Amino acid sequence: MDKMTPLDRLLLLATGLLAAYQVAVGVDGFSALPMIAYTIAFGVLLVAGLLLIILGFEALDSPLVVIVSTIIPLSLSLGLVWEHLAAYRGVYLFFSVAGFLAVVVTRSFPLPGKLPVVVLAVVHGVAGMVIFLLPILLAAQGSVPRGYALVGVGGALIGIGGLLLSFLKAGKPILSREMILKLLPALLLLMTAAFVAGFALAK
Amino acid sequence: MIIETAPLSITRLKSKVRLYWPLIKSLQTGLLLSTGLAGYMSARCPVFNLGTIAALTASLFLSISGSTILNMWWDRDIDAKMRRTQKRPLASGQIAPVEALRLGLVLSTLGVGMAAAMDALYGLIIFAGLFFDVVVYSIWLKRRTCWSIVWGGISGAMPILAGRALGLGALDWIGVALALGVLFWIPTHILTFSMKFYADYQAAGVPTFPSTYGFDFTRAVIAVSSVLAAISMGVAAWGIGMTVGYLRLLIVLSGGLLALAAAVLLRPSERVNFGLFKYASLYMLSAMLLMMI
Repeated sequence: MDKMTPLDRLLLLATGLLAAYQVAVGVDGFSALPMIAYTIAFGVLLVAGLLLIILGFEALDSPLVVIVSTIIPLSLSLGLVWEHLAAYRGVYLFFSVAGFLAVVVTRSFPLPGKLPVVVLAVVHGVAGMVIFLLPILLAAQGSVPRGYALVGVGGALIGIGGLLLSFLKAGKPILSREMILKLLPALLLLMTAAFVAGFALAK
Repeated sequence: MIIETAPLSITRLKSKVRLYWPLIKSLQTGLLLSTGLAGYMSARCPVFNLGTIAALTASLFLSISGSTILNMWWDRDIDAKMRRTQKRPLASGQIAPVEALRLGLVLSTLGVGMAAAMDALYGLIIFAGLFFDVVVYSIWLKRRTCWSIVWGGISGAMPILAGRALGLGALDWIGVALALGVLFWIPTHILTFSMKFYADYQAAGVPTFPSTYGFDFTRAVIAVSSVLAAISMGVAAWGIGMTVGYLRLLIVLSGGLLALAAAVLLRPSERVNFGLFKYASLYMLSAMLLMMI
């Protein structure tokens, strides 16, 4: 049921290559922190894509998946906030670090109640909304080229992917496992393509 | 008469090629070949000199294939005892040992001879790689000590050093750093393999790190060697003058290698072990491609 098809591998390879391209070209004019944040995000995407190709969908059974899938939206959103919302840099940096640590702690130790799921939903929700809304609002205001809105489209897709994966791992799947695994490679590729195109069109 | 025998000889040739092809371990040979090409191109020499590139490729292919066949010839008895390798053409008796020995010697001689004709230093390093691989690693040490992999590693590092030496006409510290990158990468590759096929190596009586020092120590060695491989590659890439973007990509790929090595150490499992084994090959190939660009 979890068998990866050649098409899945091809889509994941394309995702990895796009992420590698983005890491290599970087994003022009950014200061050190956004560059590091974007490199982490696309770097994790690249390595995760390669590991999925090597190990198959069974790799998703690892308890580390929830933590790793949190790094991508948090680092991307941190890069965006640092670049465009100077007044919120400190607050968002704190949120990113604290949110990541909270996910690590709630996933590493057995905690009663709904706390782990709530932490996950808050962290993914906020990061996802930042990546989705900020580029679209900036493009609508005309403060960045219109093509930058594609980063927001990528944000919507990463939000969907992140939530699907995280809730699947948390034991409360939104869609069936089969359906999620069917959608995941294409979703990852579309998401990465939207980010890469958005950053390229913003130049 | 000619009409009758021509298709027959083509069929025979095809079946011979099909039989002999596994003897050269095409993936391993391809990976070592890529390190040699990367070493050459890292010297920023005129890579569009197609003649030199073709000769480099041919000499490396011949000498690596030749030494691999000689190793297979020497190890055919232990290959026959291991489930993973018992279907190999020599181990299963599909190829006469003397025939494989002749082929291995011919290819090795051609490869080293061609290399020496191109450049004396290049030829010497290629010969050293072949000597360390066949004589020191396989014939002398492989059945005696698990530390034989150090010599296997040194021979594996020779193609990249040779390629760099051919490009520069001399040895330099970058070539040594590149060679160290491969040397330290090899335990990551081989030790994950020897853990996966632990029972096979035990059955054949070949000493390995897991059988000599245990799995925990082996995992620690894998982690340390991965760190050293990543550092050596990074230093060499910096020395070559790799652009910031590609350097960033190399750091990301190295980060993946280190994360997996840490996972093998901290959360050991068959799957993580296999993941590191496969990822290490991809890492080396990617690093070599980045060195070439």
